[in-house]
Amino acid sequence: MSDTPLLTIAERPASPPSARDFRSDQEVRWCPGCGDYAILAAVQGFLPELGLRRENIVFVSGIGCSSRFPYYLDTYGMHSIHGRAPAIATGLAVSRPDLSVWVVTGDGDALSIGGNHLIHALRRNVNLKILLFNNRIYGLTKGQYSPTSETGKITKSTPEGSLDHPFNPVSLALGAEAGFVARTLDSDRKHLTSVLRAAAAHEGTALVEIYQNCNIFNDGAFERLKAPGTRDEHVLRLEHGAPMRYGPAGVRTVVRDPGGGLRPGAADDAAVVHDAHTSDPVPAFALSRLPEAGGPTPIGVFRSVRRPTYDGAVAEQGRRVRAARGPGSVADLLGGGDTWTVPAPFGSEAR
Amino acid sequence: MSQRVTSVSRVVIRFAGDSGDGMQLVGDRFTAQSTLFGNDVSTFPDFPAEIRAPGGTLPGVSAFQIQFADHSVSTPGDAADVLVAMNPAALRANLGGLPRGADVIVDTDEFTGRNLVKAGYPAGVSPLADGSLAGYRVHAVALTALTVGALRSFDLPRRDAERGRNMFALGLLSWMYHRPTEATVAFLREKFARRPELAAANVAAFTAGWNYGETTESFGGGYRVASAPREPGRYRTITGNRALAYGLIAAADRAGLPLFLGSYPITPASDILHELSRQRHFGVTTFQAEDEIAGIGAALGASFGGSLGVTTTSGPGLALKSETIGLAVSLELPLVIVDVQRGGPSTGLPTKTEQSDLLQALYGRNGESPVPVLAASSPGDCFGAAVEAVRIAVTYRTPVVLLSDGYLANGSEPWRVPEVDELPVIAPAFATGPNAVDADGTPCFQPYLRDPDTLARPWAVPGTPGLEHRVGGLEKADRTGEISYDAANHDHMVRTRRAKVDRIARGLPPLVVDDPGGRAEVLVLGWGSTAGPIAAACTEVRAAGGAVARAHLRHLDPFPADLGELLGRYRRVLVPEMNLGQLAGLLRARYPVDVESLTQVRGMPFKVAELRTAIEKVAADV
Repeated sequence: MSDTPLLTIAERPASPPSARDFRSDQEVRWCPGCGDYAILAAVQGFLPELGLRRENIVFVSGIGCSSRFPYYLDTYGMHSIHGRAPAIATGLAVSRPDLSVWVVTGDGDALSIGGNHLIHALRRNVNLKILLFNNRIYGLTKGQYSPTSETGKITKSTPEGSLDHPFNPVSLALGAEAGFVARTLDSDRKHLTSVLRAAAAHEGTALVEIYQNCNIFNDGAFERLKAPGTRDEHVLRLEHGAPMRYGPAGVRTVVRDPGGGLRPGAADDAAVVHDAHTSDPVPAFALSRLPEAGGPTPIGVFRSVRRPTYDGAVAEQGRRVRAARGPGSVADLLGGGDTWTVPAPFGSEAR
Repeated sequence: MSQRVTSVSRVVIRFAGDSGDGMQLVGDRFTAQSTLFGNDVSTFPDFPAEIRAPGGTLPGVSAFQIQFADHSVSTPGDAADVLVAMNPAALRANLGGLPRGADVIVDTDEFTGRNLVKAGYPAGVSPLADGSLAGYRVHAVALTALTVGALRSFDLPRRDAERGRNMFALGLLSWMYHRPTEATVAFLREKFARRPELAAANVAAFTAGWNYGETTESFGGGYRVASAPREPGRYRTITGNRALAYGLIAAADRAGLPLFLGSYPITPASDILHELSRQRHFGVTTFQAEDEIAGIGAALGASFGGSLGVTTTSGPGLALKSETIGLAVSLELPLVIVDVQRGGPSTGLPTKTEQSDLLQALYGRNGESPVPVLAASSPGDCFGAAVEAVRIAVTYRTPVVLLSDGYLANGSEPWRVPEVDELPVIAPAFATGPNAVDADGTPCFQPYLRDPDTLARPWAVPGTPGLEHRVGGLEKADRTGEISYDAANHDHMVRTRRAKVDRIARGLPPLVVDDPGGRAEVLVLGWGSTAGPIAAACTEVRAAGGAVARAHLRHLDPFPADLGELLGRYRRVLVPEMNLGQLAGLLRARYPVDVESLTQVRGMPFKVAELRTAIEKVAADV
């Protein structure tokens, strides 16, 4: 037994892989028009960029529409059980640091039944890339409200309107001290790909919230962030080091609120410069609350800060112990402690 | 003054005190001394669920029972010959089961008015004075004062000096039974290596206790318990939890697999997590998860990646893991789930023993979800049972539940250290290339194409080129593993998963029947930790002229192939269990035998005398 990886990441193949190489032979079974198709196409288009052979990539998912994702990629994959993908992926990533491990989950899977595993994965900073498809509804169970549905949501299970307050996944992830938190849109392939690229480059857990349209049960949930006539007014595109301006032709600004947070400012105010790399999680958190302060919805990378990864620390500790104690000997282990010997009777064979 | 040494064949001592009095340490040391001397021993730590219940009260009493003998013993003894009671609560809590004539050693300094009231005695009443101990041989010793006196030359606060009284008591008992002392002195010096003055004080208290025994006439010349004959070999004392951890390490080593433990602390299983955490240099990774579900989830993820995934828990945790075990059944990956059973339902009796998770282990999942189940039968057997669990998990690509219990976990016995090459070779045989050809003749990989012998599927780990595949909890098509909702395929897969578990029985050795005379008409069939009490009871029955046969099940699913035939050989079959008859019910459903169930759920192992009476009653009525 050793903690050297079973396999090391293979050399880049001679002919660069294409999206086609990552497409499995399975028929894709989402509803026509589902936002998941666009995300799948973007991921298949992006994976060749990783420069990894497909056998070194694993997608792990939970349960829900989005969790069918691994079946459609020709990598290793596991479609597991509801909410548990981050836990399963943690075991895989910690025991196989040579793999690129991705988690695909939804708002119900990650934030309801699997909320505990999500926050602990983020806290530990395991080398996982978590793609959280947020459509603010339960699709696979046919249309109940989810933990990201807005209060008052009329659904089959809440005919009088839902009563509970929703999670903001970005705020939640930042509260769990995630090192990398980003948000993107299913329909903006270019932006989605740029966020995937940044997430893949991050060492540690990366949480990417993807606003995804469920055209059957919650159609148009993010329409104002997408429609040409409204999106400029409602979307703030984050760019590290750039002043936070939005609106048609960037006329609007984001400024500091005397209360400590951020709020929309006037056109001639000095916009706050986005710093995704500051170790202080407070600015990113304030940014995640911007819509609640009457401001636009930020998309892009909220926070990208390096901190020690759990899997790296596990490997390092293993090396340290082994260096100090040498490789274990089972015979020494079993025969350790206070032992005594009962001799064989005189004349008989020793055992 | 002539001090006569009395020879006895076996002795049961019960050390009892407050949770903070160090009784478990005293018990462990006395055990080590006894095994080094050459006695056979069996021990039973009996402690409360509370870490420190209010001092001096009945709920706070912690006890350790040991039986040591000049012959083979398989239980810690029904009742103590000697009770060491460090305070009134310890006396009151343990007097119930104590036979008249027993020696009772009490620390008189603790029998103050206040402590007596805390222990529930009426004001002004002391059992030392009211005649209620008539019939016992009471040794009233000022343990605290003697200890403090012995440590006067040490510059210790009085409280610290008083804490040495457990070592004084150990010294006294060590003298009474002529135990070797060197190992304990060495142990104390190592334990307090960073505080040499405490080491010296503890050794001084231990020595003072010994000297007290030698000088006082209260105990005569002490007792001698000769060493027990044993098979040749190297031995050590081992608890069930440690043996189980060692078994996992040894089996992973035999299989050449890194061991990954995903676990969440739970009594009485946590010591397995602790032990494995100390063995990182074996390539062991321990992951203390955020909950029971994440513990098994991470273990399953590691198994998918080519590690030996293991999770350890107790009954409530097993309930939480059910869904993931079902996933492992569907994925057909190796996984070992250890359930150290305790009293239930719900939180139940966390520190007490029970065998009531058998049906949960077998059936506690949705759907037809067969999982091989094994049970260890003694502390030392936890080692072999763990090796067997790993062998089955890896060979048949299946989750396996290994049942232990609180009695085995914390109890200890002498264990013959096995040679590594005695252990089975376990071959993971990872898939490395295509195993089939598709319709147009190109080689392909079918993740659910089975080995014709074991029905196991290939284990293809990420990183293996060309074998990329997806697994999941949805029903899979035979061979290809693709999602399938086909009715006939589902029927086939359900039956195949069951058949795979049944195949395990083909590789099991025949049951061992213990029936010295070969004329018994009554069979006592047990499983798990009842092995010791059943063996002891059968020995007593035979010593009294009776005939009884005994067999013990390690494999609960599948049952050994010859079990039905064995049951049919006897006119009556008695099945003792620490539950309400779970195995008995399974046997009745499976075999045309009207087995008789003997049950007990008191959080304690069976008493040998009760089992003997039950066996004799059945035998008398054949």
